[in-house]
Amino acid sequence: MTEVKNEKKARVEVSQSLIRRARAVDNIWTVVFYLVALFFLLLLFAFAGYVIIKGFTGAKPEMFRFDRNGVGNYFFNTVYLVFLSLLISVPIGVMGGIYMAEYAKDNAFTKFLRIAIETLSSLPSIVVGLFGYLIFLVATKSQPNLLVGAICVAILSLPLMTTTTEDALRSLPPSYKLGSMGMGATLRQTIQSVLIPACVPRIITGVILAAGRGFGEAAALLYTTGSDTNIKWNPAAWVNPSLNPFNPLRRGGTLSLKIWTSFTASVGAEDVANLSSAILMIMVLSFSILAHYLEGRIKKKMGDTK
Amino acid sequence: MSEKKATSAKFYVHDLDLFYGSFQALKKINFQIAANRITALIGPSGCGKSTFLKTLNRMNDFVEGCKITGDVQLDGRDIYTSGMSEIELRQRVGMVFQQPNPFPKTIYDNVAYGPRIRGVHRKSELDEIVETSLREVGIWDEFKDRLNKSALGLSGGQQQRLCIARTIAVHPEVILMDEPTSALDPISTMKIEDLAVEMKEKYTIVIVTHNMQQANRISDTTAFFLLGELIESGPTQDIFLNPQNKKTEEYITGRFG
Ligand SMILES: Nc1ncnc2c1ncn2[C@@H]1O[C@H](COP(=O)(O)OP(=O)(O)OP(=O)(O)O)[C@@H](O)[C@H]1O
Ligand SMILES: [Mg+2]
Repeated sequence: MTEVKNEKKARVEVSQSLIRRARAVDNIWTVVFYLVALFFLLLLFAFAGYVIIKGFTGAKPEMFRFDRNGVGNYFFNTVYLVFLSLLISVPIGVMGGIYMAEYAKDNAFTKFLRIAIETLSSLPSIVVGLFGYLIFLVATKSQPNLLVGAICVAILSLPLMTTTTEDALRSLPPSYKLGSMGMGATLRQTIQSVLIPACVPRIITGVILAAGRGFGEAAALLYTTGSDTNIKWNPAAWVNPSLNPFNPLRRGGTLSLKIWTSFTASVGAEDVANLSSAILMIMVLSFSILAHYLEGRIKKKMGDTK
Repeated sequence: MSEKKATSAKFYVHDLDLFYGSFQALKKINFQIAANRITALIGPSGCGKSTFLKTLNRMNDFVEGCKITGDVQLDGRDIYTSGMSEIELRQRVGMVFQQPNPFPKTIYDNVAYGPRIRGVHRKSELDEIVETSLREVGIWDEFKDRLNKSALGLSGGQQQRLCIARTIAVHPEVILMDEPTSALDPISTMKIEDLAVEMKEKYTIVIVTHNMQQANRISDTTAFFLLGELIESGPTQDIFLNPQNKKTEEYITGRFG
């Protein structure tokens, strides 16, 4: 009798120690993951901090100006180019994603499309730049301009927008669609009024990534936008459309091109390159933070507590 | 053709066969659903209750490889062959699902959804529809101060009643409910049952349930399905007190233990 009891006790103790062991292993892994996260956070801070500090310590006041010598106009060009490219890539990408998720039949054509999208997503940006140069500049006998650059950046981010939208739609609970169709809504109404609004937070994430890529893009713009800029902010000068900052059909170098040309050009231009890098860094960071904040707000409004 | 068949029933189903691919899920179903009554569909899991319910507003159209033969008439018009659009059909025959499925929108926008997709956009008109629909399901006082809050933040019972309000906002004639209370607590279940009984004055209700007491409490007619066949149907009291078919009796008594 006592033996049985002892054995039972022993078994209980074994399982207790097993649990303790499992807990310990669990804790160790938690620590490991925290360390890895911390490492990446430090890396990001160190990198961003280095670029920003180095950029601003070497900067002279005139470099901040929005004129021929400053980087201000390049900053504006960067923002404007990314804006234009999103104007193209977001609607087309979202529509492509809707097509792939809701309309595409499971057939050879769809398979082909999928391969095409995947290929497009791994296309080197210099190739897209060259494509833009040959098709939109050489073939149409045009001068380098922002719009062509924006088209190239849009082409580069299209696969991302498409797959983000498609994945977002596919991950929605089927009950949304059934609920809406069950009330007599058409598929188009269902997509427009229920499914896409529910996907907005994820689509915003896609837009952030696309914009981030656009901010830093250089290779695709090398042949397409021209690397310098001579825009004027005095409206009187806009009788010459190539000086109007808001004209998308004018030349316009971006910050990343400025970094590239400053380094390869004369000595002493390095400070300009560093400052450009710092500004680019700040842009990408603040855009990303802003977008995540927006995403969070929208999710909260929809009651998604995930 | 049977198109013209005069019948007082809301739904008239004749020789309905349904196949999922090569699997026959419904076999020669003949059934009538009376207007302004609650009809309960009972039977063991997998017997075809949901399948049958979904044929009534063509939700099976979304299932690939689903083939249907036979007649299903709504007020004497065949819903599959008479050229009635699914859009019109589903407005007249609304559906409430097993899992409450409010849209990730505000309470107001959930109820206003149906009217909006039918082109109602005037604020005053929508306000009125939202209020009357919520009143009708008895949640206006509970919700009137938070119409602009997300529907996803509500409890399951509240969500289900909101879904009913969303369905009646477009004034359907028939409401199909597929185990509407199986995911809810007893109190919410009771509220929905009471609601269903109140609503039958205005609507024809078809409800699938696994809960024998529920069928007994609220339904006027009960239909027992087994392996894709309609075994027996009739006034609920007769089915429960005096079932004609042995299988019906076994199922019902088996449930009560
Ligand atoms: N989309 C589908 N494709 C193939 N077979 C299906 C499909 N939906 C249901 N079935 C089959 O049809 C039969 C009836 O299913 P149905 O969902 O109508 O049963 P049910 O009576 O509602 O069951 P439950 O009480 O579990 O909800 C089952 O054998 C099921 O496996
Ligand atoms: Mg079912």
